[in-house]
Amino acid sequence: MDDLYRDYILEHYKRPRNFGELDPHDLEALEHNPLCGDELGVHILVKDERIEDLRFHGHGCAISQASASIASEELKGMKLSDVGELDADWMIELLGIPVSATRRKCALLNLKVVRGAVTGDHAWPA
Amino acid sequence: MPQVAESALEVKADFPIFGRRFGGRPLIYLDSGATSQKPQAVIDAVSEHLASHNANVHRGVYKLAQEADAAFESARERIAAFTGADPRTTIFTKNATEAINLVAYSWGRSNVGPGDAVLITQMEHHANLVPWQVLCHERGAELRYLEVDERGELSMEALERELARGDVRLLAFAHVSNVLGTINPVAEMAARAHAAGAVTVVDGAQAVPQMPVDVRALGADFYAWTGHKALGPTGIGVLHGSRELLEAMPPFLTGGDMIASVELQSSSWNELPWKFEAGTPAVAEAVGLAAAVDYLDALGMERVRAHERALVADMLQGLAGVPGLRVVGPPEADARGGLVSFTIEGIHPHDVAELADREGVCIRAGHHCAQPLMRCLGVGATARASVGVYNDRADVDALVRALLAAREVFALDEA
Repeated sequence: MDDLYRDYILEHYKRPRNFGELDPHDLEALEHNPLCGDELGVHILVKDERIEDLRFHGHGCAISQASASIASEELKGMKLSDVGELDADWMIELLGIPVSATRRKCALLNLKVVRGAVTGDHAWPA
Repeated sequence: MPQVAESALEVKADFPIFGRRFGGRPLIYLDSGATSQKPQAVIDAVSEHLASHNANVHRGVYKLAQEADAAFESARERIAAFTGADPRTTIFTKNATEAINLVAYSWGRSNVGPGDAVLITQMEHHANLVPWQVLCHERGAELRYLEVDERGELSMEALERELARGDVRLLAFAHVSNVLGTINPVAEMAARAHAAGAVTVVDGAQAVPQMPVDVRALGADFYAWTGHKALGPTGIGVLHGSRELLEAMPPFLTGGDMIASVELQSSSWNELPWKFEAGTPAVAEAVGLAAAVDYLDALGMERVRAHERALVADMLQGLAGVPGLRVVGPPEADARGGLVSFTIEGIHPHDVAELADREGVCIRAGHHCAQPLMRCLGVGATARASVGVYNDRADVDALVRALLAAREVFALDEA
């Protein structure tokens, strides 16, 4: 089996969880991956200072779509104050595959957009 | 057709990088549209210059400095001859991007103003788009785009309509599109622009490495290209310009080397081409590029074109056998340069490129610095395979095999 394109990655890519629009929503952001022009947006519904629900939208490669899909399941219910603490290692570990330096931004795009929506910090997660 | 056998070049052995192995596999390099590999002759020329003839140019009186001068100016002459240009109007820049910026800043800032239009095309690389965008913003001019049709080509009628509006000061376009592969009719477009009083700027970055280019015959006012795509080193680009326009233009970058004399409050400019070459130029890189054009000249650019045309014809045929694959740009090899951009339904181009690499096949994926074109093609990105003199039929076969393998990894036939 392929190291990178494991079954669960392809499964999340082909049937991403929590993709679509969420209206109404409380928070939103849209970010681009400068490498390829891919874009990923998020709609977030907030309740009691937590992410009550969220939806991603946009297009991207298997790594970026699967990352968003996998992260979305962890992000639901998370305290807003904890979202700002999430870093690159959290995402890469969650993804569970060896991501090369050139594909790192693909994996991190979803965290960038979610942190942007929640904290207003639009920097790439370190 | 016997054309393949007649035109095929067999020069891989001239390029030392093909001696490398990647995970036990040979290097299948199909990214020459991004940068070319370098023949030993170029590597040796750069190395020999640095080892034996290095000194700063245009200043020294000692023998070594004279050698460096001679090497640099002889490089300019050989490079100019390669593209049918006059050495005095052949300006060295860092790359094609800088060459186009030179025109945008130096010619553009003195000749484009409110009420004027700059006309470019939807297929431009950012290098031949953003400088015009910035110029138009700054000068209050309008930036207009010629549309690309479903074949990936420009319409001469549309060009004529735009020019007939009477406000076009400058027409800028690629000789060969780095995404579509389209070969634009430069001579015709330049003639039409001139008839309408517009200046023409051609981005020849993709064209010069792969086909005979005679800038005098093409008749554009400015023609920009870059060394590293034409078997030469990085850091050296070329701008050919019309003498009349270059003489009238103010300098682009200022400083050493480009001056005739400097007073406390004013300076006067050196003559062409040095007026546009501020600071110590890329001497070893110019020497390397001269070795590269000598190498290409020895192969013969007609043969290079025939070789790459045949490979692209093979590639188009091979790619047609990959389910879900869609080629963008002109469908026939005759109408395109040495590259093919494509998408595969169900696999993002990034993943296509990553999986091709598993088979040792280097292709590019992304927007290819042409985001407006991507939007009008209705895709976020494409994968692109581009050939060079060193590619052969086996490389094309390897690409097709790698793409079929990529579809298997993604289990596209199961669903």
